[in-house]
Amino acid sequence: MLTALCLIVGLLVLVGAAALPLAGRASGARLVHGITALAGAALVAGGIGGLLGGPEVLHLPFGPPWGPARLAIDPLSAWFLLPLGLSVGCASLFALGGVHGPVAPRLLVPWPIFVAGMALTILAADGFTLLLGFEAMSLASWALVAHDDAQPENRRAARIYLGFAGFGGLALVLAFGVLSGVAGDTAFAALRDAPPEGARAFAVLLLVLAGAGSKAGIAPLHVWLPLAHPAAPSHVSAVMSGAMTKVALYVIARFAFDLMGPAQPFWLGAPLIALGAASAVIGALRANLEDDTKVLLACSTIENIGLIAMGLGLALAFRGADLPALAALAAAAALLHTLNHAVFKTLLFLVAGEVLHGALSRRLDRLGGLIHRMPVTAWAALAGVAAAASLPPLSGFASEWLLLQALLAAWRVGDIAFQMGVAAATALAALAAALAAAAMVRFWGLVFLGRPRTPRAAGAVERTGASQWALLVPAALTILLGLVPGTMLDLAEPALRLMAGTAAPQTGWLAIGAAEGGAQYWPIPVALLLAAAIGLTAWVVRRRAPAGVVPGPAWDCGFIAAPQHLPFGDPASQPSAAGFAQPLRRMLGTSLLGAHEHVAMPGPGETRAAVLTTGFADPAMAVLEGPLPRWRDALTAQAERLRGLSIRQCLGLTFGAVVLMLALLAWLPGR
Amino acid sequence: MAVVWSILSQLLHIALVLAAAPLLTGGVRWLKARMMGRRGAHPIQPLRDLVKLLRKKPVVAENASAVSLAAPYLAVGAAVAAAALVPTFARGMAFAPLSDFILVAGLLALGRVAMALAGLDVGTPFGGLGASREMSFAALAEPALVVAALTLAILAGTTNLDAIAGAFRDGGLGLRVSLGLALVALLAVAVAENARIPVDNPATHLELTMVHEAMILEASGRHLALWDYAAQLRLLLWLALLAAVFLPLGQAPAGSAPHLWVVGLLAWGMKMAGLALGLAAFESAIAKMRVFRVPEFLGAALLLGLLGAVLLFVSTRLA
Repeated sequence: MLTALCLIVGLLVLVGAAALPLAGRASGARLVHGITALAGAALVAGGIGGLLGGPEVLHLPFGPPWGPARLAIDPLSAWFLLPLGLSVGCASLFALGGVHGPVAPRLLVPWPIFVAGMALTILAADGFTLLLGFEAMSLASWALVAHDDAQPENRRAARIYLGFAGFGGLALVLAFGVLSGVAGDTAFAALRDAPPEGARAFAVLLLVLAGAGSKAGIAPLHVWLPLAHPAAPSHVSAVMSGAMTKVALYVIARFAFDLMGPAQPFWLGAPLIALGAASAVIGALRANLEDDTKVLLACSTIENIGLIAMGLGLALAFRGADLPALAALAAAAALLHTLNHAVFKTLLFLVAGEVLHGALSRRLDRLGGLIHRMPVTAWAALAGVAAAASLPPLSGFASEWLLLQALLAAWRVGDIAFQMGVAAATALAALAAALAAAAMVRFWGLVFLGRPRTPRAAGAVERTGASQWALLVPAALTILLGLVPGTMLDLAEPALRLMAGTAAPQTGWLAIGAAEGGAQYWPIPVALLLAAAIGLTAWVVRRRAPAGVVPGPAWDCGFIAAPQHLPFGDPASQPSAAGFAQPLRRMLGTSLLGAHEHVAMPGPGETRAAVLTTGFADPAMAVLEGPLPRWRDALTAQAERLRGLSIRQCLGLTFGAVVLMLALLAWLPGR
Repeated sequence: MAVVWSILSQLLHIALVLAAAPLLTGGVRWLKARMMGRRGAHPIQPLRDLVKLLRKKPVVAENASAVSLAAPYLAVGAAVAAAALVPTFARGMAFAPLSDFILVAGLLALGRVAMALAGLDVGTPFGGLGASREMSFAALAEPALVVAALTLAILAGTTNLDAIAGAFRDGGLGLRVSLGLALVALLAVAVAENARIPVDNPATHLELTMVHEAMILEASGRHLALWDYAAQLRLLLWLALLAAVFLPLGQAPAGSAPHLWVVGLLAWGMKMAGLALGLAAFESAIAKMRVFRVPEFLGAALLLGLLGAVLLFVSTRLA
């Protein structure tokens, strides 16, 4: 199994190299995307095989100078292969349907390498291999983000993304350094034998949160995500949001639940819970304010990553407080949401791509009424939107139900400060879930409902073939995953055992349960009950009411008829993206995101129109663009002074550094 | 035999809820009218309205999509499913294992999203206005609801409504400050979710107060009947939820035979009448607040809910 997965990674790298000559012809580009789609399916099969079979370890005959490159598959990595494979498979299928001629090599070459990097990160069993995969993933996706460098905002996004990728990689290197200590052996087996304690464990966790958390989009290191994800082509955005963030979460889970050992205090979960709650609220609120479909979806990704991080943090806290059943519950919530979010967010990004292709815009204010022109896309999107809004009986509700149950049980940890913090986190998680529902209604309602806002939206066309299947497959999976969370948790059981030491409380494949004798959620009976209730309503109405409807003009609230040059009615008489966001911008945006509204009124006698300007700024972005560059400039100015040193001073500096290193070496083994 | 009783009580419960929903709304309207010195329409007037609306063909806008046609059925279906899960006169009904607090909140959210999408479907200004306000209010109500659920879940050990009702009926929990705070939080959420005064006015079409009505401005005929019925079911559901959790007195225990149901039915009728009277008095006594004051109202509910949970942590520590 592991050998086959290893060969797939190698094949993907080779395909990446071969893509250079292949990109010149449409058939070559189709071949690359076809192979990547098949590799996605193979990764899913490998993940299922890894969950059902036992763990495996493979020492490659090559690697870094000090030893072989090690690969391994265990239940945790096998589970994370599922979201990766599903996301990559659907996205490649979508890209396959979009090839109609030669593809720019800079768009085609990094794509298989990006996928290979993610798979390698998940399969790695030593620090070097993991970092190799992680950096390949970062750099390949950077190349894809930077592909359209004609736009200044894309160049800016790519620059900021590269900065964050470098920072993240550096933090991960340091995390491995602190974890392995003086021995310096970064093989996972060796790291497990010497788990860190106390402050060292906390330092490792913070470094991993900085390194992998910045890649996952955990606040306050999330600012690159709404810039970079939309800049990439749609199928790449889908995988960046659906799979790459999950790979980063895998790294966090691998450190926190495996490499750092089980004997950690419960408060180690607190930073994950707090940062997760902050990400969830900030992401969901921003998703309500953005007016670009892909930016909006990227912000919704931040929200979901925050929820998963909360699940991981809760599992860590429960395990530290010796509550294994609850740890399994929280870990189940995190793992299930990882999979569900990967599927529905891939779907939604591909929908945004299809809309961009059909109606030539990503701006909510230039779309509208697409349900008439792109019906299959619209209904597939509705499945993803309903899941993202966590409505029963779809997949998002099942995992968020588990997360809320874990949060509601978190008071059992016993420490009163933790209890109060978790009570606040519970409120924030609920706020984020409801904000996500509002954001999704806004997204689907403004894009697909109403009247077209531009002639291009009125003439939108949808594609058939592979691109359409790439939407229908994840839509069907979203519905299916919502109905069988019990089966998925059965499949995840070995991973839960690895993370929590025990399996999740089970009540069979029909239901998922919070605890022995606690609350349960029965998705299939609930779906049947809902269907029966709707059927009963329809039957009663059919018997009592006359069939058919009378078409008539919409009630336009007394607006005058639109002028000739506005064939779709006055756009001002339809809700706009900013207008729909107004209540939340005023209620929460002013305090959390510094949102502002300003009305410039014309003076007496002036004939110009009054202008309303609105805007908001992410506080993390303000820090990134405000003090950080100032500190950098100050540091550079200090460093510049080194150039003016005399030869004696230079030698003194070097000598001092050597002495300091030796002193550190002498001091470290004593610790 | 217990299985038969549980199925029978579930069927009776559904029939009761479906029949009582228009009566409850009519009763509240009648009580409000009497308190304001008017004679008021007969309490069964909403039922008559439903029958009348059902007979009329709906007028649907030319550019409406299938969403406008399907959403009212989804809203009623979600409301019926949710109402079927909240215990009324007896516990241990056939759907008792399903009756989870968070699931009920999820089903209510499903109905809300259906209504917001129907409001956006035709692309009229009021529909969008109502949809955005409704979703924003829901975003603020949800944390208060979940925090109130936190208090209940800590005290009862589960979020299953049937089990919570049972724990509060038999557990001898007594009067607790935390429960009182959770009750206030839930009352505020109930007022907001049902579009009652002071958050929204269910009896106007004035643009400044419009939230709920704005979304269904386009609906007519059987569609309007369905929207109205869904709103009536939601009101009944919320009052039944409050009664089941905070006034579990008289409820027939799980597996009990039909003679105890009579007591349960009588007690439930009295509880609902009392709650309707309280709602009418509350609505008559206060004025509608400005739209952008609603966050303060729901924020206060959230803080009270949090205070209840924190008090519980502190008190269990002292005990």
